[in-house]
Amino acid sequence: MSSIHQHRPLSPHLQIYRPQITSVLSITHRMTGVFLSIGSVFLAAWLWAAAYSEGYYLFWQSIIVEWYGIAALVAWTLAFYYHLCNGIRHLFWDMGRGFSIPNVTRSGIAVIVFAITLTALTWYNIVNEVLV
Amino acid sequence: MSHKPSSLRSPMSTVRGLGSAKDGVHHWWLQRVTAIVLIPLTVWFMCSLMSHVVGKDLQALKDWLGSPGVAITLLVLLSALFYHARLGLQVVIEDYVHCACKKTVLIIFITILFPVLTLISWMSVLKIHFWTI
Repeated sequence: MSSIHQHRPLSPHLQIYRPQITSVLSITHRMTGVFLSIGSVFLAAWLWAAAYSEGYYLFWQSIIVEWYGIAALVAWTLAFYYHLCNGIRHLFWDMGRGFSIPNVTRSGIAVIVFAITLTALTWYNIVNEVLV
Repeated sequence: MSHKPSSLRSPMSTVRGLGSAKDGVHHWWLQRVTAIVLIPLTVWFMCSLMSHVVGKDLQALKDWLGSPGVAITLLVLLSALFYHARLGLQVVIEDYVHCACKKTVLIIFITILFPVLTLISWMSVLKIHFWTI
């Protein structure tokens, strides 16, 4: 019995495991997915407001110009672009491509760079749109 | 493919590859299909929001949704989105919620919530669309 225990591989306990780009991006994909699902509830509420109640729609409009509304929208934009880029990375893995460790690291860094750049571009556009 | 005499699985069951739950890769596959659909549609939605909604009033949104192409694309997007969200949340719940009763309650909750959200958003898009014409 003791020899069985000695030769068993230990499962990676996340609490004591050194964070790596692979594991951090993997859990971030799930967290952004959950966060975006919560956002989808607001999307449905917003569409409902637009269709059925102008007062309720104006209430949403007044929320999203407050600092916390803008902060939430920026967070959702970043989560969206991250989940989109990393999702494309997952689809390439599903086709059996890009599995070597250097490639996984490289595509992971690319996902972070793309997500931040696209978020910045989107909000640059939005600020221009609103101010002009 | 050799069939181990000690295994209770029949060779036919191995070939079908449906696993013990008889579900196979159905869940995994639909998550990928909805993901592929969502790539172009969410990017289109982001661009459309910026050119038709941001910084404009409710009437601008209604005018935009008055186009049949926009309305039908949005209906496809919303269906894929809520379905994808439900499938993803289900996996997260199955992996991290260990108490069987909480797990079951949460899965029942999202299985009801996301189809309802789909209907709510479908009704809203269709109402705006037909109302504007």
